Amino acid sequence: MLKAAFALLRRDLLLARRRAGETLLVVAFLLIAGTLFPLGVGASPDLLTRIGAGIVWVLALLAVLLGLERLFQPDLEDGSFEQLLLSPAPLEILILARCFAHWLATGFLVTLTSPLIGLLLSLPNEALVALPIVLALATPTLTLVGAIGAALLVGSGRGAMLAALLVLPLEIPVLIFGLAASEALAAGFESTGALLLLGALLLAALAFAPLAIAAALRLALE
Amino acid sequence: MLAVQGLACRRGGRFVFEAVNFALAPGDALLLLGPNGSGKTSLLRLLAGFARPAAGSVLWEGRDIREARAEHTQRLHFVGFADGLKGPLRVAETLLLQTALLGTGPERVTAALETFGLADRAEDPVQALSSGQRRRLALARLLAVPRPLWLLDEPGVALDRANRLRLEALIEQHRARGGLVVVASHGDVAIRDPLVLQLGAGAPC
Repeated sequence: MLKAAFALLRRDLLLARRRAGETLLVVAFLLIAGTLFPLGVGASPDLLTRIGAGIVWVLALLAVLLGLERLFQPDLEDGSFEQLLLSPAPLEILILARCFAHWLATGFLVTLTSPLIGLLLSLPNEALVALPIVLALATPTLTLVGAIGAALLVGSGRGAMLAALLVLPLEIPVLIFGLAASEALAAGFESTGALLLLGALLLAALAFAPLAIAAALRLALE
Repeated sequence: MLAVQGLACRRGGRFVFEAVNFALAPGDALLLLGPNGSGKTSLLRLLAGFARPAAGSVLWEGRDIREARAEHTQRLHFVGFADGLKGPLRVAETLLLQTALLGTGPERVTAALETFGLADRAEDPVQALSSGQRRRLALARLLAVPRPLWLLDEPGVALDRANRLRLEALIEQHRARGGLVVVASHGDVAIRDPLVLQLGAGAPC
């Protein structure tokens, strides 16, 4: 059962590596969008320092949403999804593997890139350390919740934009607690509460999202 | 072993087929014939348990497959029009990963590639294959992972004569071992005394 999930994970990681150009688009998007803000609001370090963390979080959310289209659509179109159904592993486990691989190629890259964008937005050093820590905890939740939307709209043709609209309200709690946690952590305030809440959201998403995604994908196939 | 009772399939408010009945014993082959849109692929998907029938049921050893979906999906192969192959992966890699995904070991992978004449392309990426070679790679998992029920949708498409004969021989071998085969085809794959199910408005294809 786990062997099948590892095979799927390996396949997805191989694909992400062989399509490195496509995978690294997320990083390019973040860097370009990040540099637009100093141009747009003016290069005043005070202003950028104040809004910088918020910008990084919104960009991280958008980057995760942008990648959702590639999560299930290709497999449903080319017939790989039927092979997942024929596996002895439960579809929910395979979906978790799929989402984990997708997270490594999006959310994890966002996490790794975040200090660099923070630097562009003249965030203090403490924030550059705090951002990736909290993003590492929050982006998996963003991916899992986004995956529900992607799975629901997978059959509808132009799903990406609609999926983003659908899941955006559901991602807001993660954004709020994530931003609170990273700012508290950077300022040296008490951040345990917000971090625990983020952890709780992640555990809940890990438990429930695969069930919802599997049900939505089975429906899409019928 | 595999039986179908009063099976109906509805697409967009219209019945594609109704009241389909048949029963297959070990070693049997069923040939689905019918014009485009007569529901051959839909019937295969119902047999695989991918879709819910509008009426009727699919039984395996007397038990509805929807009661034991997990067991059913582990005893069948579905080779459809979409081959599920990923361009950047290599040929041998693809089959190894598919084999692991389907829950068996890699023992038969090399032999399966040899049978379908893909051994010398093992390290090439799938996107470098011709459509006939892709089809052979998709069919190779029938040999790499032994399963009793083969559901094949137009398996002969894009195959040259030698490979079509090879596929026909493999189907007969599978039947001789007690396997079941359901083939949707326009008649390009010859099967020895199959049961024939004509779908659609009786129009010969």
